[in-house]
This record gives sequence, C-alpha cells and structure tokens, in this order.
Amino acid sequence: MSETKLLESMMGEEYKYGFTTDVEYDDFPKGIDEDVIRLLSSIKDEPEWLLDFRLKAFRRWKEMEEPSWFNATYKSPDFENIQYYSSPKDRPEVESLDDIDPKIRETYEKLGIPLEEQKMLAGVAVDAVFDSVSIFTTFKEKLAEAGVIFCSISEAVKKYPELVQKYMGSVVPANDNFYAALNSAVFSDGSFCYVPKDTICPMELSTYFRINNMDSGQFERTLIIAEENSHVSYLEGCTAPMYDQNQLHAAVVELIALDSAEIKYSTIQNWYAGDEDGIGGIFNFVTKRGICKGDNSKISWTQLETGSAVTLKYPSVILKGDNTIGEFYSVAVTNKRQQADTGTKMIHLGKNSKSTIISKGISAGYSNNSYRGQVKISKKADNARNYSQCDSMLIGQTCGAHTFPYIESANPTGQIEHEATTSRVGEDQIFYLQQRGLSEDDAISMIVNGFCKEVLKELPMEFAVEANKLLGIKLEGSVG
Amino acid sequence: MLEIKNLHVIVEEDGTEILKGVNLTVNKGEIHAIMGPNGSGKSTLAKVVAGHPEYEVTEGEILYNGEDILELDPDERAHLGVFLAFQYPVEVPGVTNKILLRESYNTIAESRGREELDPLEFDDYLAKKLELVDQGPEFLDRAVNTGFSGGEKKRNEIFQMAVLEPKLSLLDETDSGLDIDALRIVADGIKKLHGEDDAVVMITHYQRMLNYITPDYVHVMIGGKIVKSGDKDLALQLEEKGYEWLESYASVNGEGK
Repeated sequence: MSETKLLESMMGEEYKYGFTTDVEYDDFPKGIDEDVIRLLSSIKDEPEWLLDFRLKAFRRWKEMEEPSWFNATYKSPDFENIQYYSSPKDRPEVESLDDIDPKIRETYEKLGIPLEEQKMLAGVAVDAVFDSVSIFTTFKEKLAEAGVIFCSISEAVKKYPELVQKYMGSVVPANDNFYAALNSAVFSDGSFCYVPKDTICPMELSTYFRINNMDSGQFERTLIIAEENSHVSYLEGCTAPMYDQNQLHAAVVELIALDSAEIKYSTIQNWYAGDEDGIGGIFNFVTKRGICKGDNSKISWTQLETGSAVTLKYPSVILKGDNTIGEFYSVAVTNKRQQADTGTKMIHLGKNSKSTIISKGISAGYSNNSYRGQVKISKKADNARNYSQCDSMLIGQTCGAHTFPYIESANPTGQIEHEATTSRVGEDQIFYLQQRGLSEDDAISMIVNGFCKEVLKELPMEFAVEANKLLGIKLEGSVG
Repeated sequence: MLEIKNLHVIVEEDGTEILKGVNLTVNKGEIHAIMGPNGSGKSTLAKVVAGHPEYEVTEGEILYNGEDILELDPDERAHLGVFLAFQYPVEVPGVTNKILLRESYNTIAESRGREELDPLEFDDYLAKKLELVDQGPEFLDRAVNTGFSGGEKKRNEIFQMAVLEPKLSLLDETDSGLDIDALRIVADGIKKLHGEDDAVVMITHYQRMLNYITPDYVHVMIGGKIVKSGDKDLALQLEEKGYEWLESYASVNGEGK
C-alpha cells in the first residue's frame, strides 16, 4: 500500500464519541454582557466576592485583544453567538445516581464512563461535567474519610469559600490572557480538589468533560491544592458530539503545590476534531498552570492531545520553591485539518529547581502540529536545570511539524539542554514490520506507540491501555 | 516451493525497469546463492518476492507452493512463511526486540492455526534462540535495531529468522558488514536453522559466506536477469575472474530473447 493510500484510509477513521444526547436545557440567551454575568452568578447563588471577580475579569476581557501569535489559522469565535451557560433541565440537588437524568447517565455509559461506583475502574473517583455543570462526583465519602475534598467548584464555593477565595486566580490571574479573562468572567463549573497535609490521596481523581449542547461553550475551572507533604494524581478526559460548527472550550486549571507536595495532572483530550474538510470541531483554548509554591514540591503535567479542531494549550509550571521539580510530558496527534500549537512554560525562580520537557508531536493528513515552549531561568535560580526533548513524526507528505523553543537564562549557573528530532514514518518502516507478519494498522500503531513510549509510561496505569487504544484509533489506516 | 517465471519489475515511482525476465526455481531443502555486480537487481528480486510496495510487477509470476502470491500484502506473505533478512534493517525506536517478536510470532502463529505462546513460554523459547546468535538476554530489551552496529543489525535479522521459523528465507547481503567472527556465528546460525523442509536464498557479493555455507546452486544476475547458473564451483570461478566474462551472456540473452 502506498503512502498516499495509507493517508487516505487514515483520514477515513471515524470519531466514536460524536453522538448527541437529547436532553432539555435551562439555557441562557446567547451573548455576553454584565447582566448575563450577574444572572449566572445569582442562579449559582454566589457570594459577592465571586461576582466581583467575574465582573472585573469581564471588564478586562473587553479591553483585551484576541491573540493571534500562534501557528494556526481559523475564523475567530463569534463571542456574541455563544451560550455562556447551559445546564440540563430538571436538575434537583443530586444526592444519588437515581436523581440524574437517565439520558445523561446513558451518555456516560456510552462513553465508557459508568457513574455507578461498583462498575468504576478500581480506585478512580470521577467528577462528570456535562456542558456547563458538574453532574455527579463519585466516591465522595471514601475520599472524605482520608480528608480529601473532591467536588464541583460550585459546591466548593459554597462549602469551602475561604479556600476557593484564597487560591482562585492566584496562579492564573483573571487578566492573564484573553481566554483566561473570558473564563474568569463566565466559568460555570469545574472540579475542586483539596488534599490536606501529610495525605496521600487514596485513589486517582478524574474529571470527565462532555460538551453536548451545540451552541454552548464550555468554560470550566479546575483548582487543585496539595498541602504540605501531600500527593495527588488527577486525570481529565474530554469528548464532544460532532457538529458542523465550531464550539469553544476555554478552561482554566490552577494547581498549587505547597512544601514537599506532589501533583500529577494527566489529560486525555479527544474532543471532536472536525471532518476531513476542517468543518466543525472544538476550539480548545485553555490556560493551565501550576505553581510549586513550597520547597521540594513537584508538579507533573502529562497530556495526550488527540482531538479538537484547534488546540492552543501550554500547561506550565512556576518553580518558585527551592529544589522544586516541574515536568511536562506531551503527545499531540493531529490528523485531517487539525491544528495544534501546544507546549509548556517552565519558569525557574527557586534554587536547584529542575524541569523536564518531553514532547512528541505526530502529524498526519493535512494537519499542522507545533511545539512551543519557554524555559526561563531567573536571576535568583542558582543551579537550575532544564532538559527539553521535542520530537516530531510525520505521516504522509501533506502535514506540517514545527518547533518553537524560547530559552532565557539570567543566571550563569543555569543549565539548559534542548534536543529536537523530526522523522517520517516511511514505507520502509511499515514494510519491515509487515514483513514480520504485522498488519499495516498494527505496524503504524507499533511505530507510533514506540515513538511516544517515554510519555505514555507517565500516564496512570488505569489509563495507559486506553491511551494506547486511542492512538491506534486516531491513526488507523484500515487495510486498503 | 518458489517458482519465479519471466518476472519483469519496474520501480513504481519512475517506471525504471529493474528485473527483465527472471526465472528461478527453488525447491524445499535447497540453498541457493544469487551473486552479481551492484545494481544488477538482486535486492529488488528479494524485495519483490516479499511484496515491497515500491515495485510493480509488469509481467510474469511468482508462485509459492504453487499459489500466485503477487496480490498478497507483505504480512500475508510473511504468514505463509516468507522471510526477508534485510540488507539495511530498519530502526523502530521505543519498540523492543521482544515486543516486536512476540507480536510477530503470535500473529504468524494465529494465521497458521498454531498455538500462541504465553509470555513465560515465549521467554523460554527466546532464550534458546538467543544462543544461536550468541547474544545475551539484554538483547531482547533493546529497541529494534536502534543504535545497533551494522553487525548487530545483521545478527538481529538472523535472530528474528530463528524465532519466526520461516519456510523460505531470503537473505539480502546478510554477510556484508560482518567481521570474521560475526560472519562465522551468523553462518553457523543459518546452517543450524536450515532443514529439509525449508529453503534459503542468499544474496551476496562475496565468496566468503559460501565458505561456511555450501549452496546447492549458484546463480549470477546481471542487468536484471539470471545469466548463468551452476553449482558452488561457479562462485569460485567468479571470485577468480569477476563478472566481466559473463557480461556477454547478458547482452546475447538479453533484449533479443
């Protein structure tokens, strides 16, 4: 089979999660102004400080310009045509699973995320976010025994206002960038996690995001706080139905690690990517940042980005404490007309801080895949070290791969290493493996999995298998 | 076992004709050597039998156990027992020899209706095969051909052959790039693997491999055709006289035929 044919069949692969769920919504009118924000805040019965937070963010947002410095082209979202809040109707306080609309439960089952605790992957607690609101958080009691708080951010605002107020916006300020400001103004829900001192969270925490409604954007916020000497591992997964218009997903994630704490944050992103011609798909414009606030703390981002029409995303770590560690492990797969501009920022402020960046970009079809990363060593960060490795793999002749590293060091004791490679999955490699008996699909899957191995091994065990499968599906070139 | 009749082959991309009417019959239990100058089409012949997509067969046929295999994909041919030891083995970073071999072995076993081996059985099986190429168990955990020396790559090809137990082995310049000791190990391995139920076709430039493995037939390929066949003495003659004296055969039997 020639490379062209291979390419064609790869592009024919189907998106499995593209169905819609027919539920009734409590919707907002489209568009955004201060009244919409006040209404949102009052529906959610929010305290005054949060409304202020939102309004300030909104005023800043109105003054800001939509960014355009990345390596992607698209028609900018019509912000007046987005519904900023969308919640499935008839939603009483959810005390047990029986209170959830059976259609929504069914949706999660179709996605392979059953909410019944007994069916869950052993040791994984799930918060399920459907359009704008959090539907249900499993395993709440078991976590509470360990002192871990895991709930929707709306619930956290009510129950733990002092924690939320203290930390929200402390890592990603409301005016940080255009999309973070928009999120700060209109965020509807998201997950909140607090791990107390000297606690190892007894299970994997996980949030599952699902955009269902055609006109709604999803603006969730996640806030994770790991107190001194605690440890937590968190995973998010995302899917959306197939619509022929673009939907905006502008999330903000903030992580705070205090002395000797460790946060591991993993993402499997499989939003709808649009069709062969680039029609439809999600705009995934998120701001994710963590701060290693205390000494000896560690934050690790692992992401497997396979979906979305356009992805702009740079999960970053501010290494504020001494002896802190920041890690970024990324696999970004683009196919068809997808565009991804993704990478990280490692900001070294503390002494002996260390960061590692391993980025693997795989492009196929007519897609464009860019790595953009910044490593900054400040004056005071003695003996800071960074190692970056950015590898790109091309499948076919019509895709693009780019690497944009930005390196800045203001301290002569800093050590920065950057390595980059580009390779092409060639006919010869596929032929070699086929000659050893593997089918063409299996050959490609093996080559790609081998290429991503260093990153995939960072994913929590429970999800590694899913990740392998997802890569296989994304790049399937059914034998033709 | 293998019957190649009047095989004409072009490079798909630019239409250059490489093979211009090759005839070759290989029976079970036989060892054949194909020799010839650079660019005569030896490697192309091996790749075409294995089903490389770069080439297009314009005329003639390839029968394997009486069955036309031209329409089969490379993996389907591998399932039937065709094995190609590559002249330039390909690197597959991040995939260990063991992972590849387990997948290969089990895929082929499944297609032949043979029992798959569970991981522990497979480990034992591999350990025995490793002895054949004089490598330790760490060889299994190295990524396929990645960072291997030329000699290691060639040994790995023979190791894979030992594990997969093919029926028809096409060895494309397996002897080049090997030092004397490695050559002996590889040659011994091939000899041990060869039995009366399988056949080996060795492509080589040099007589030296044939000092270890005595072929039943030696063929000389020039200009995309086999111009002379004989027994092992033909190889010795070539060593002495080179290929020039045969080039007249190529033109006489060439285009006019």
